[in-house]
Amino acid sequence: MDNWFELRIPALSQNVQFARAVVAQFALEAGDWSLVELNEIRTAVSEAVTNAIIHGYHEGSGDILLRGMVSPGSILVVISDFGVGIIDVEEARQPLFTTRPDEERCGLGFTVMESFMDEVEVESTPGQGTIVKMTKYLSFSVKQ
Amino acid sequence: MEIELKYRGNVLVVTLKGELDQHSADRFRDNVEKELDKEIAMHVLFNLSDLTFMDSSGLGVILGRYRRVNSAGGRMAACFVHPSVERLYNMAGLPRIIPSYDSEVHALAALKG
Ligand SMILES: Nc1ncnc2c1ncn2[C@@H]1O[C@H](COP(=O)(O)OP(=O)(O)OP(=O)(O)O)[C@@H](O)[C@H]1O
Ligand SMILES: [Mg+2]
Repeated sequence: MDNWFELRIPALSQNVQFARAVVAQFALEAGDWSLVELNEIRTAVSEAVTNAIIHGYHEGSGDILLRGMVSPGSILVVISDFGVGIIDVEEARQPLFTTRPDEERCGLGFTVMESFMDEVEVESTPGQGTIVKMTKYLSFSVKQ
Repeated sequence: MEIELKYRGNVLVVTLKGELDQHSADRFRDNVEKELDKEIAMHVLFNLSDLTFMDSSGLGVILGRYRRVNSAGGRMAACFVHPSVERLYNMAGLPRIIPSYDSEVHALAALKG
């Protein structure tokens, strides 16, 4: 049976740790991930939620919607904000691209999401917000 | 996240424990900057054996401190990069500028040598 959750949290930096912990815990419903895979999920969630806080809301107030769906062997995580949005998503996803170099950002968040998850989709509307959808599949190595 | 600071000669040893993300990044930056302002340390060593999580917010702070230390002629090293941090550490190209050693003693020897 498929399973899902939905969580709405304020865009506060102290909630980033909570968000990644919740998703990693929920991911266990999909099967037995390795510690490395669980850590990849945690890191990808951390990147997307941090982006919503820093870029989506410029560290001001707003809500972040965190959703997870599992079926056997995979998890889909959807992270939405209702902030400023991204004008050019293609450009934003380039490695090392950042609009905040002054704040010591390195422009690696999307690159981390892409290399730690199997699929990453970004939908954004300037003035309305950003939705990041990430899927990861369990690698069925030599079990049985 | 917990931060421990100590000196070994002219090396500032920064031990990080727990999870380094956006929430702990500012405190990490301020603590290290405050020590560097004292101008006791030439080099910086990060002990990461108990750092169980880091994301790009942490990377940004480490790279920012690297720029400061490097432009003052100092070097940086790390020891015991935790397995759950290692992939990001490598992906960002950190081993090239902040080489990692298997003990604090080896890292200190490399920085002083
Ligand atoms: N939720 C969002 N809302 C608005 N803009 C965003 C959002 N997420 C990302 N962006 C834009 O995309 C750029 C690239 O994001 P990415 O996470 O790759 O790098 P960064 O956040 O700038 O740096 P880092 O993640 O390395 O700290 C950001 O600089 C920002 O301009
Ligand atoms: Mg980012």
